[in-house]
Amino acid sequence: MAALGSPLRTWRGLLRELRYLNAATGRPYRDTAAYRYLVKAFRAHRVTSEKLCRAQHELHFQAATYLCLLRSIREHVALHQEFHGKGERSVEESAGLVGLKLPQQPGGKGWEP
Amino acid sequence: MWRSCLRLRDGGRRLLNRPRGGLTASEGLGPKPPTPIRAYVPPAERKRFYQNVNISQGEGGFEINLDHRKLRTPQGKLFTVPSEALAIAVATEWDSQQDTIKMYTMHLTTLCNTSLDNPTQRDKDQLIWAAVKFLDTDTVWVEEPETLVELQRNEWDPVISWAERRYGVEIGSSSSITGPSIPARTREVLVSHLASYNMWALQGIEFVVTQLKSLVLTLGLTDLHLTVEQAVLLSRLEEEYQIQKWGNIEWAHDYELQELRARTAAGTLFVHLCSESTAVKHKLLQG
Repeated sequence: MAALGSPLRTWRGLLRELRYLNAATGRPYRDTAAYRYLVKAFRAHRVTSEKLCRAQHELHFQAATYLCLLRSIREHVALHQEFHGKGERSVEESAGLVGLKLPQQPGGKGWEP
Repeated sequence: MWRSCLRLRDGGRRLLNRPRGGLTASEGLGPKPPTPIRAYVPPAERKRFYQNVNISQGEGGFEINLDHRKLRTPQGKLFTVPSEALAIAVATEWDSQQDTIKMYTMHLTTLCNTSLDNPTQRDKDQLIWAAVKFLDTDTVWVEEPETLVELQRNEWDPVISWAERRYGVEIGSSSSITGPSIPARTREVLVSHLASYNMWALQGIEFVVTQLKSLVLTLGLTDLHLTVEQAVLLSRLEEEYQIQKWGNIEWAHDYELQELRARTAAGTLFVHLCSESTAVKHKLLQG
């Protein structure tokens, strides 16, 4: 039932996620420790023969899990920014929602400093 | 949004003036900036105070360095992990924070902190007991209500029969509210299986069980039988059915789905990386 897909797809997904992560910092993603580790791990994965499939499958599974982790964190943060990141509305905005405007009192209200 | 930025700048100055003691992962900010009475302002967030994140190998394992400072757990211990891959993943998490540090996205760091500090001070048996407690009310056995039963049987029965075959135990599914009665032998087999994992892996397992509300699905993940997406789908089967019927609400359903996927993936990866043995590495080299 392990519908993992092909290792190539996982690899490309991982590269994409690393690119997104490093786009903001401006550093090329090939410098990161994560990229180097993944390259080493995937190269070793290719070398093993098909007979020793347990270790290969395990590595691919871990890579797919990490990909899922990176992808879902990115989407979660994006959703949070879009829908939940705005905080509370100010008093002026809330009044504006129902078509009211706060009164302008140039002298200030009596009790404010 | 800009209002909370004003607060942030205030909080940032306080952070710089603070004497440089041992930096903790989630240091309290001390006196908060004065909040107005009416508006809710989220607590001032910590800015990213480091440029580079590196890992180094110490005595107990691998450590994370933020610039030249070593990362510490909330209780002040030095942050060491046994596995290099885990250290690299944690370093990537810290590196991916932009401007502000969002601790809620750093699931692997949180899991490592929990394992290192053990704030609830549970030992191995208590962790196992906490995980097996979910067996009675496991998500995959309850077949309810009538409209969903067919879908549940199609999706969950293969997983249940896989678990029965894999562990040589017997369990069924039930439509009563109390769930099926689990024979004692099943419980013993699963407890002894869980006992074969070390403390760190058990923390991860217990975390995933709490997220998915199912021990069977967690075992499927640790045994590489299910992918994370599949396990999350099976755990949320009723919700997915309702979404298909009534529609998807992005800011609620998708939000929870992504959060659940992130936590489950983090927990599963944590378990695998912590229970890896060098025997596996040797196979890779010899092949």
